[in-house]
Amino acid sequence: MSDDFLKTPLFDLHTELGGKIVPFAGYGLPIQYPDGIMTEHKHCRASAGLFDVSHMGQAYVHSQTGEDPAAALETIMPGALTNLAPGQMRYTLLLDEGGGIIDDLMVTRTHDASGKLYIVVNAASKDADYTRIEHALGGRITLEPLEDHALIALQGPEAVAVLADIAPEVSDLYFMEATSVTLEGVVCWVSRSGYTGEDGVEISVPASAAEGLARRLLHDDRVKPIGLGARDSLRLEAGLCLSGQDFDTSRTPIEAGLTFAVPKRRREAGDFPGAQNIAAQAANGPDVLLVGLRPEGRAPVRTGAEIQAADGTPIGTVTSGGFAPSLEAPVALGYVDAAYSAPGTDVQIVLRGRAIPARVSKTPFVPQKYVRRPKP
Amino acid sequence: MLKFTEDHEWLLIDGNTATVGITDYAQKALGDVVFVEIPQTDNEVSQGDEVAVVESVKAASEVYAPASGTITEANTALEEEPALVNQDPEGAGWFFKMTLSDMSEIDALMDEAAYAAHVADLD
Repeated sequence: MSDDFLKTPLFDLHTELGGKIVPFAGYGLPIQYPDGIMTEHKHCRASAGLFDVSHMGQAYVHSQTGEDPAAALETIMPGALTNLAPGQMRYTLLLDEGGGIIDDLMVTRTHDASGKLYIVVNAASKDADYTRIEHALGGRITLEPLEDHALIALQGPEAVAVLADIAPEVSDLYFMEATSVTLEGVVCWVSRSGYTGEDGVEISVPASAAEGLARRLLHDDRVKPIGLGARDSLRLEAGLCLSGQDFDTSRTPIEAGLTFAVPKRRREAGDFPGAQNIAAQAANGPDVLLVGLRPEGRAPVRTGAEIQAADGTPIGTVTSGGFAPSLEAPVALGYVDAAYSAPGTDVQIVLRGRAIPARVSKTPFVPQKYVRRPKP
Repeated sequence: MLKFTEDHEWLLIDGNTATVGITDYAQKALGDVVFVEIPQTDNEVSQGDEVAVVESVKAASEVYAPASGTITEANTALEEEPALVNQDPEGAGWFFKMTLSDMSEIDALMDEAAYAAHVADLD
């Protein structure tokens, strides 16, 4: 195997565990372990799975001027960020001038008195994202990439209980909340969040302590390591978009079904890139829309497959497709003309020259299990 | 007589008929098989034609006719239970049976030892 890729702090552990290493976004990461994608997927849904997501871009955003760094980010992102309290986390988007989606990211307010933010961006686009943010906001913020940190996700119904056996205070967190926790004698940043639709946590840990922490978590019988293959099938079942695949700069948040990421205050203020275009789409409805699809039979449809109306008219394209282990059936995401976007609409998808009947479906395909803070 | 192709198919040959499947190496590389499109029967095929498709959780892969001839039977059990390909690739997970029209093609295929060496080279 060539070493023509970067290694995360857990690389040696992956190979020791029998992980099948593939290049992904410039990193060598396990697509699966010996148990295989199906078993890993089901284990995560039933118990707890450990994922190495250290390839993702972690960075601090500092203010250069004393202003709230979230105010600077709001000029290039449509999320409500200035009202983030310490320890609160939000999903938002990096938009181009027309409102096209460059990337999605998580923004969290740290407990630092300066209001410093912690962001996590996608691996494939992290350098471009950093350049764009610094270029747009130079003089207002400083970006500090956390190159010496691993990111470990622990996901599944048992995930929080597993971590709470080591650090009971993590049980106090609810979905999209984060705090500092000492693990393995070092300060880590733990959030109750993830990319599987399950309850769980993501742990930003100094690289030097990452393998020790991963081994300790894996020592728990409830935890198994999960590769990229099951990470993709888990997120697809949960109806979660993959940046660069389910959206790119040719799609707006409205088209991608991410209207929730453009809250009313921001839409009314119109003070972010592409705001006019996005407001018009939100008011009039977009021409095309990302929908869930349930093909008949067992054959998975894949990215790029044509979606047709029942009469054979092309109406869209599959952006993510695969087999959903929890449903024992294929599922897909794809863009269709808005007239065909209502759940229950009968369509068909072209697979190896044949039209497979499919139905537009609500997402998530499998219910999300987030544990949200009770409303006061 | 057992023969193998470079595309990781096995052929169990009895006279001028063969049972065809994919090897243990192939099923491991594919991962969990979730769907098999079995070939149509009574179909005349040439060596190298795409005759079946096997879909794993990861991706779709074609299965090629390992030799020229006519497909006489397909393993319909794979439609209901595609995981047979993982569980017993060189037994219950067979794909199809065919009659062979050109035995010289068979002579050119690998025997078990040659295939083992071929696989060893790939790892």
